[in-house]
Amino acid sequence: MRDGRGQIRRRAGLRLWLSGGWLALVLFGAVFAPWVAPQDPLMQDLFTSRLPPFWMEGAEPGYWLGTDNLGRDVLSRILHGARIALIVAVSAGAATCLIGATLGLIAGYFRGMADIVISRLVDIWMAFPPVLFAILLIAVLGTGLTSIIVAIVVIDWTRFARVVRAEAMNQGAMDYVASAQVAGYSRLRTMLVEILPNVLPTIGALLTLEMGISVIVEAILSFVNLSIPTDDPTWGGMIAEGRQAIHQSWWVLVFPLVTLFLTVLSFSQLGEGLKDRFDPVLR
Amino acid sequence: MSAYLEIRNLSAVVRGTGERLLRGVSIALEAGHVTGLVGESGAGKSMIGKAVLGILPTAVEVVEGEILLDGQDLLRMPPDRRRRLIGATAALIPQDPLTALNPSHRVGPQITDRLVDILGWSRADAEARAQALLDEVHIAEPARVMKSYPHELSGGMRQRILIAAAFAAEPRLIVADEPTTALDVTVQKQILRLIAEMQARHGTAMLFVTHDLGVVSKICQDLAVLYAGKVVEQAAMRDFFRAPAHPYSRALLAATPQYTDPTGSLRPVERDVLDTVEAEIAADDREWRNGQAGP
Ligand SMILES: Nc1ncnc2c1ncn2[C@@H]1O[C@H](COP(=O)(O)OP(=O)(O)O)[C@@H](O)[C@H]1O
Ligand SMILES: [Mg+2]
Repeated sequence: MRDGRGQIRRRAGLRLWLSGGWLALVLFGAVFAPWVAPQDPLMQDLFTSRLPPFWMEGAEPGYWLGTDNLGRDVLSRILHGARIALIVAVSAGAATCLIGATLGLIAGYFRGMADIVISRLVDIWMAFPPVLFAILLIAVLGTGLTSIIVAIVVIDWTRFARVVRAEAMNQGAMDYVASAQVAGYSRLRTMLVEILPNVLPTIGALLTLEMGISVIVEAILSFVNLSIPTDDPTWGGMIAEGRQAIHQSWWVLVFPLVTLFLTVLSFSQLGEGLKDRFDPVLR
Repeated sequence: MSAYLEIRNLSAVVRGTGERLLRGVSIALEAGHVTGLVGESGAGKSMIGKAVLGILPTAVEVVEGEILLDGQDLLRMPPDRRRRLIGATAALIPQDPLTALNPSHRVGPQITDRLVDILGWSRADAEARAQALLDEVHIAEPARVMKSYPHELSGGMRQRILIAAAFAAEPRLIVADEPTTALDVTVQKQILRLIAEMQARHGTAMLFVTHDLGVVSKICQDLAVLYAGKVVEQAAMRDFFRAPAHPYSRALLAATPQYTDPTGSLRPVERDVLDTVEAEIAADDREWRNGQAGP
């Protein structure tokens, strides 16, 4: 039995290291993009257009992952694109989590009127189709980074509210909560000190999942040109451009796509890994 | 001697549906005595304990009655005052040792925090008190156990900790809600003996909730038999076992094999006995509903 547990723990550990490592790399690239990017991501040069990645014939040193048909360096654009991806992931993730988890916690623990109001709100909210909702919001708010973040928060807080409510309800039925109340602690203190720590692993997993979703949403909106209006490179924008040149230069499409995929995957795996490691019940 | 805890004519319903969970319950508990609260699962035993401690679920509403603690009616007291009074004078030994300790916190603070935060003890006094109590419940290394997380300890160990925690603030009333039901049979006996020993030493009044008459006979001075939220009989232990007054009590006693025929198997309560009780409850409900509809 001890072996079985150890096995699970070791696999969870590997998952944690791989996903955490990749995200650390992306974070490093995003923060230090101006220094680590080999080229200016916006510089066009028709003499260096459609250079292949480094292992192929015709590659030029300094353009490791090749260039697009305007001669812009793919690696440099991916690194700079990571900035917008992570800004959206962190701010949209954090805001969604804060709003959704707070409402979920209150509904699930306090029950009664608060629960009725919040649950009804969630139900009504979820009746809107999310994609339509997002496009509508962008149309009203205008394109731009803030609009994307607001759109994600407005659409996705319900996921946190629902899951956290259910979890808080489970915890609220536990005898340790009854003991805290008999002891004379206030409801608010009981919620924050007794319930919240036990819901935290779930919130953490949801948060990283939400960050991954935010990265995808940002990429999709960039892909359909509803994201930021400037020339700053985004992964979604790169994928859209690369798709048009797929036959001449596949690397312009494939590298940002792979980066996007690995990043989203890492966010969700990180969440699961952290939950496994820190859930006091599984521990 | 007057009762320390007196529940008078307590009725509770489910909000919305109006379904009656407690039917005019009256129970008296003398200071320093242990009163058993016996009934089958779903009879409303826990509900009574929760009503006394002020932790009824939001879906349940008390519609009539009084709960007098040392002469003061808990139900007609400002919630804040009631909470402080309960915190200072009462405690709970919960049913399930697995969920009764918070998995996120170390054991020590779960005993000491309330002494410090609620009752204003110094941290050092609280720690010393917790160590002494863990010692009293026969835990070998109190200092080490206080630094452990609940999941590092066995079920029996956790139940000992919960007993220690319940007695920590020297309460005058403890509600023990099936404290041995979730444990192995062997551990059950030890824990029961421990609770009896602690109760005797501290002279705490105790409402002992259980579905097991065998357990009641070992620890209680008197008992109340509950069926479908109605107390069908409250009696002193000795009188009850000699001559149970209510047919349902008699059936319950007969269904507990060690008191009639130790080799016999558990017999279910007979149909006609159940019919008698159900008829009583229906009559009671009719009368109650008329009372509600009236003035
Ligand atoms: N939150 C609730 N809302 C409505 N009914 C409840 C709730 N909790 C328990 N009940 C009902 O109250 C009755 C008494 O429950 P309880 O006091 O837990 O029984 P027990 O005697 O087994 O401790 C049961 O019939 C149960 O279905
Ligand atoms: Mg119960």
